[in-house]
This record gives sequence, C-alpha cells and structure tokens, in this order.
Amino acid sequence: MEKDWPLFEVFIRSRSGLEHKHVGSLHAADAQMAVDHARDVYTRRQEGVSIWVVRSSDIVASDPGDADALFEPARDKVYRHPTFYEIPDEVKNL
Amino acid sequence: MGSRYCDTEFIENSRFMCHIIGMYTQGLDSLGQDCAHRESPDMAALEGRFQARVDADEKIEPKDWMPDAYRQTLIRQISQHAHSEIVGMLPEGNWITRAPTLRRKAVLIAKVQDEGGHGMYLYSAAETLGISRVEMVQQLLAGTAKYSSIFNYPTLTWADVGAIGWLVDGAAIMNQIPICRCSYGPYARAMVRICKEESFHQRQGFEIMLTLARGTPEQRAMAQDALNRWWWPSIMMFGPNDAQSKHTAQSMRWKIKRFTNDELRQKFIDITVPQAEFLGLVVPDPDLRWDETAQHYRFGAIDWNEFQSVLKGNGPCNRERLEARCKAHEEGAWVREAAAAHARKRAAQREVA
Repeated sequence: MEKDWPLFEVFIRSRSGLEHKHVGSLHAADAQMAVDHARDVYTRRQEGVSIWVVRSSDIVASDPGDADALFEPARDKVYRHPTFYEIPDEVKNL
Repeated sequence: MGSRYCDTEFIENSRFMCHIIGMYTQGLDSLGQDCAHRESPDMAALEGRFQARVDADEKIEPKDWMPDAYRQTLIRQISQHAHSEIVGMLPEGNWITRAPTLRRKAVLIAKVQDEGGHGMYLYSAAETLGISRVEMVQQLLAGTAKYSSIFNYPTLTWADVGAIGWLVDGAAIMNQIPICRCSYGPYARAMVRICKEESFHQRQGFEIMLTLARGTPEQRAMAQDALNRWWWPSIMMFGPNDAQSKHTAQSMRWKIKRFTNDELRQKFIDITVPQAEFLGLVVPDPDLRWDETAQHYRFGAIDWNEFQSVLKGNGPCNRERLEARCKAHEEGAWVREAAAAHARKRAAQREVA
C-alpha cells in the first residue's frame, strides 16, 4: 500500500509581535512543502504573518492521564497571585 | 555593519559582536570571526529597511535581518537581565529558612522560584540571538558579564525582604513594563509573561513593610532601617543619568528602550514616596520635596561613586554572590552528568526495543 507523507504540526503567528499558535496539522513530503501547504490550508483568509511547521513525531507530550499529578501542586498556591495580598485602598500604584 | 553603531564598548566586546557575517545566518558557526567595520551600499539599504520596520512598530524576530550592533546590544541586555534574575535569588533565598511564619516562607519560596523561572525565560530569549546558554553562564561565573548591582547589597534583617519586594521589584517592574513593547519579539513576549507573574512580588513586599510599620517600635525601626539602606541603591537601579548613559539614544532609536533612565527614575520616585508616607516611614533624602509646579518630587544628588564602585566589583557582596553561583554550578555538575547518563540509557533502551 502507498505510504502517507509524514505528518507536520502547523503553528501560525497571527500578527507581528504575537507568539505562534498551534492551528492544526497536515501531511507533506518534506518540511518546506509543509510550509507551502500550510499557507494554502491554514492562511487562506490572511490568518497569519508567519508559519512554523514541526514534524509531529518530534513532539513529546505529557500524558493527559497524568494531569492531576502534574498540575495539582499549583492548585493550593494562591499566594502566587497578586490578589492574595491585602493592600489598603489608599495605597496607589501597587 | 554600520560604523555609526560601533561605540567603544562594542569594540571591546568584539569577541561576541562579530559572529554575524552572512546576512541571514544567525548560528554560532562564525563566532569569533573578525568583524568588517565598513559600510557597503547593501548594508545601508538593509539598515534603512530595518529601521523603517522598527519605526513602524513592527516586531523583529530571530530570523529577520538585524544590524549586528542591535543583536549585540540585545544579547548584552537580555543576558544581564537573566543573570540579574538568577543572582537575585541569593539575597532573598538567604531568608527562606528564617521567614517568621509558614505563610511568609511559602510566599518567599514562590517568589524565589519565580526569579529562577524568569532567568530561564530570558536566557531562552537571548539564545534566539545566537549566543549559547553555556557561554552566558560562563560569562556570569567568570565575572565578565554584569548583573544588576542591587543584588550586591546584603539582606541583614527580615525587613530587607519586604524592602526588596516593595522597592527593588517596584523599580524592576517600572523598568520592565516598557520592555513589553520592545522591538525584539522574543524579549517583549518574555517580558509580558514576567511582568504578569511579578505583580505579586511587589505587593508581598509592601505587605511585609506594612505589617512591620504597624507593629512594635522595634519592628517599625527595622522597617525604617531597611528603607534607609535600600532607597538609594533602588533608585540607582535605573542606571546613570541620561547625560552619562552611552546606550540610551541608540536603544531608544531601536525601540529597545522606550523611556530614558531619568524619566523612569522620576516616575518611580513619584509613585513610591507617597507609599513610604502611608507606611509612616521617612525616605532617607533630606532634599526630597514636592514641586507643585512641575508635579514631581525633587530629590537629592545620587552618589554615583558608590554606584560605579559596586559595578566594578567592590560592593558589599559582589564576591560572595559570585562565589555562591560558582559553588552552585560546580556542586550541581553531578546532576547534569547524571541527567545526561540517564538520557543515554533511555536512548539505548529505545534502540533495543
């Protein structure tokens, strides 16, 4: 059977200065063609000013099943947020 | 590269400044090559286009063409900023074991963790310009890279932890907010994240000061003593007066900097003096007064000799700070080696599988 082209993840920078955001994936014969295809597939309505592609097989992801164990420690650390601290209303610019 | 961008400090630093020879390359491959200090018509056109993009408030990204001096200015500034976050963990870390309550301890640990994280964001942003992490760390440990002089002062009492959050982080935030709009994309984006996270740092510091100011006479005296020692170093954090600042004009043209040192210093003093008054503390400056016409505080002369002396390495803790960093790096070597060995082992297992 014919083999699929490798899969690439596509990231688009929507405006100058913003970070690239993941928008989806596509198949292409190589990375340069993946950029070309990403333009046609993901930016037909001027969605971006820059494209990144990364081979999907190069992405290492955390296991969603581990989410509790991974992120639970941050849950009770409310003191990492500025609203945790009571500053009298008269004090400005803090 | 345009000779008009070459000031003496850059020429001194030419070991790092000249690694971009090919116009669109940004790797480390040509590090150490000699720089051609001449201006070709192509270069002038490129620089003109670059400046036009900056003028139009476009962001410059890692793979875009940029003048070498712009790249070197950013490498210097971002890496020093990163070093400051890392060294900045030391004076506060000094009080983690002695924080007066569990709540204060948890908060202080969270704050020091943040500083470490901010150092990592900034090192990564600097690396997009073609310098390696190892090289930056080496520059810090060898004492050839600078970090903010404020961290060369000691934290003698618990009130110093409050004063650092309130004044030092306050001054840092004042400096950093305009950098969120810096022309270099990765630095601007790192700074947005940092400013967001840092918003609790200043408030926790002020809260410590407020608790002490409302406490016993001894606690109030401790808060006043901390303000006495941290006030002047904090307002020196904005750097030399504009007339003495050799990088300001060019950095403003490149939109790396949006306000001058003196503008930011004035802003900081204007918002901080009323906060000190609220605490019932006295700012240690006999010349400080409100100028009704100008709607600004007027303040006394800054002792720039002290600033220069600390910058040159003669502050109270310069040696101690670098020793602590070097020790941490050396004593952490086995962790780096173990991680590498573990990665090799896993790779070998994958090959077998």
